[in-house]
Amino acid sequence: METVAVEYGLILAGTLFALGLISVLVRRNIIFMLISVEIMLNAAGLAFIVAGARWGQADGQVMFIFIITMAAAEVSVGLALILQIYHQLKTLDSDAADKMKG
Amino acid sequence: MIHLLWLIPTLPFLGALILVLTSSSISRRAAAIIGCSTIGLAALITVLIGYEFLATHTEAYRHVAWNWFAVSGLSVGFSFHLDALSLVFLFVITFVGFFIHLYSVAFMHDDAGFTRFFAYLNLFVCAMLILVLADNLVLLYLGWEGVGLCSYLLIGFWYDEEKNGYAARKAFIMTRVGDTALAIGLFMLFGVFHTLDIQEILTQAPKLWSPGTQTATIIAFLLLGGAVGKSAQLPLQSWLPDAMAGPSPVSALIHAATMVTAGVYLIARMHGIYELAPLAQLWVGIIGAVTLLIAGCSALTQNDLKRVLAYSTISQIGYMFLALGIGAWSAAVFHFMIHAFFKALLFLGAGTVIWALHHEHDMFKMGGLRKRMPVVYWTFLIGAGSLAAIPLVTAGFYSKDQILWLAWASAKGSPWFFIAALTGAFITSVYTFRMVFVTFFGAEKTHTAHLPGKLMHVALMVLAVLSLVGGFIELPHTFGHVTLLSDLLHPILPSTVLRAGAESSEVLIQLIAATVALSGVLLAYIFYIVKPSLADEIGSSCFEVHQLWYAGWRFDALYNLLIVRPFVWVSTINKRDIIDQFYTGLVTATEYFGKTFSRTQTGVLRWYIMGITAGAVIILTLSLFINR
Repeated sequence: METVAVEYGLILAGTLFALGLISVLVRRNIIFMLISVEIMLNAAGLAFIVAGARWGQADGQVMFIFIITMAAAEVSVGLALILQIYHQLKTLDSDAADKMKG
Repeated sequence: MIHLLWLIPTLPFLGALILVLTSSSISRRAAAIIGCSTIGLAALITVLIGYEFLATHTEAYRHVAWNWFAVSGLSVGFSFHLDALSLVFLFVITFVGFFIHLYSVAFMHDDAGFTRFFAYLNLFVCAMLILVLADNLVLLYLGWEGVGLCSYLLIGFWYDEEKNGYAARKAFIMTRVGDTALAIGLFMLFGVFHTLDIQEILTQAPKLWSPGTQTATIIAFLLLGGAVGKSAQLPLQSWLPDAMAGPSPVSALIHAATMVTAGVYLIARMHGIYELAPLAQLWVGIIGAVTLLIAGCSALTQNDLKRVLAYSTISQIGYMFLALGIGAWSAAVFHFMIHAFFKALLFLGAGTVIWALHHEHDMFKMGGLRKRMPVVYWTFLIGAGSLAAIPLVTAGFYSKDQILWLAWASAKGSPWFFIAALTGAFITSVYTFRMVFVTFFGAEKTHTAHLPGKLMHVALMVLAVLSLVGGFIELPHTFGHVTLLSDLLHPILPSTVLRAGAESSEVLIQLIAATVALSGVLLAYIFYIVKPSLADEIGSSCFEVHQLWYAGWRFDALYNLLIVRPFVWVSTINKRDIIDQFYTGLVTATEYFGKTFSRTQTGVLRWYIMGITAGAVIILTLSLFINR
């Protein structure tokens, strides 16, 4: 079976992570920001899988399951928060929620 | 019964506690009952304990209530020590205190601060009892400061008037000067003996020091400093006349009968140290002699009835100091006791007069009260007779005569002391009867608003009886030769060493003292009854002297010039405290940075993410470089 070189896997993971980060920074819609965070999490998970495959260890896959679990929890909390924000501000623009100004 | 000793200070404390906690909800009647009954019970227990103490010939009884604290070798207990000296003080404090409480019920009846007054008064009695019962100097110091605090609270009792507040502060600060000396003295005693237990110090001192040792002298002087402050002796005497701003029962209890004699108690209690420091003891006598003269002169010129009595108190405590200075320990305690009776009586009498005349203090506006208030007049006359030492019938004669004679005959006495004491006795009887004649004789000048009731009369009469018969517990050799008090005190206070060949002079000195006292009365009679214009003539011809004495020898002005003004000057310069500048700077810098960085707190979520990202990048980059 042909294996993909570690470098390609890591580059893909890094690219995905950067894309996610950039979209978190540039997007103002909170739902999109949440999705971007999910992308970043999956990028990190991919990096674990790739590293696990490289060293022939199951630890990477264990970590990925952890990340998925955590992501599920995070999304449930995040969605609840988003609902609240929408309820309060009637908008999904994250910049509108700046009441905590110093 | 004697094991109930701890109840004596505890009862007044409980009274004070109850009155403070329930002050807003309690009725006047209940407050009066609590205030008086706690002291009354304490007095009752004192009698029972005193009876047992005398019947079983106990030398000393010690009761350790609990251990207060123990730090590296110093263990201080809440422990009480009862011996003859503290027993005498206990009797005076509880009994005179009880009658003054009774009197106050009538005197303070219409005052808004009725409950507060009794709470303070009870607390004072508790502190004073702790002071005289303490078996170690730390507990004594607790009582010492406690009475100082209560004195402050009660002088400023009518705090609505600004001048009362100033008088309270003056008393507090001036006695604090003495207290500081006392505290240093205690530190030095601990440094030498590694204990502050009074009995242990007194037994160890003669083994450690030979007479005249420098350390002993320094410590004796420091203790004297504390005593001088508390007992209003030269040079810290000027607070007492101003302390008359308090209600009259307070003046009677605190500023005549008990607290101001705490200095006498301290020196009598620590007499072992003074026996080893003859120089300090000599100075105790000198301070007493000078104080009794200058205070007597000031008393001659006052118009305010209570101020006359205040100066007279200073002067009489001067006698006690003189007695201590010549080693006549039991004579000092005797005079303390008699003085407590008659001076409390005089203050209560003066209080009644002032109360009856709408708070009129100037005695030249009184006059003619002899017929309006016969009970007050007769009791006041008895008190005045006792103060002026009218021979044979009054207690004051026996106590003062003993001091006069010992000033002459004691080995530590001298003709100078004797002359000072004799001059003082003459001045005393002049100003005392000036007060009596001006207040009670002549024409009525102010209308009496209300006449004293039963409670006041009872207190006055009991104290009057004590001022008459109190002297019979100690009669001189020449007639009677009763020595109840000095026998009682003998195990604790050594008897006075007489000069060789001085014994024979006792009768002569008694005759001189009696003549001097009576001629003082006669002089006052001539000046204020027979030819009232004579006093004014002398007053105006020696105007300067009159003014000087009236202002209490201008000690206040002197202290203003030497201490208060420079202090105010320095504090004006240093208004913006130099040391404070550093801390102010610290605060300013913190505030500045806080404001600056709070701008980064925009509230925009994406800026925060940007910040986290930038931080992560920087740290990662750094870690790459540092690992290399």
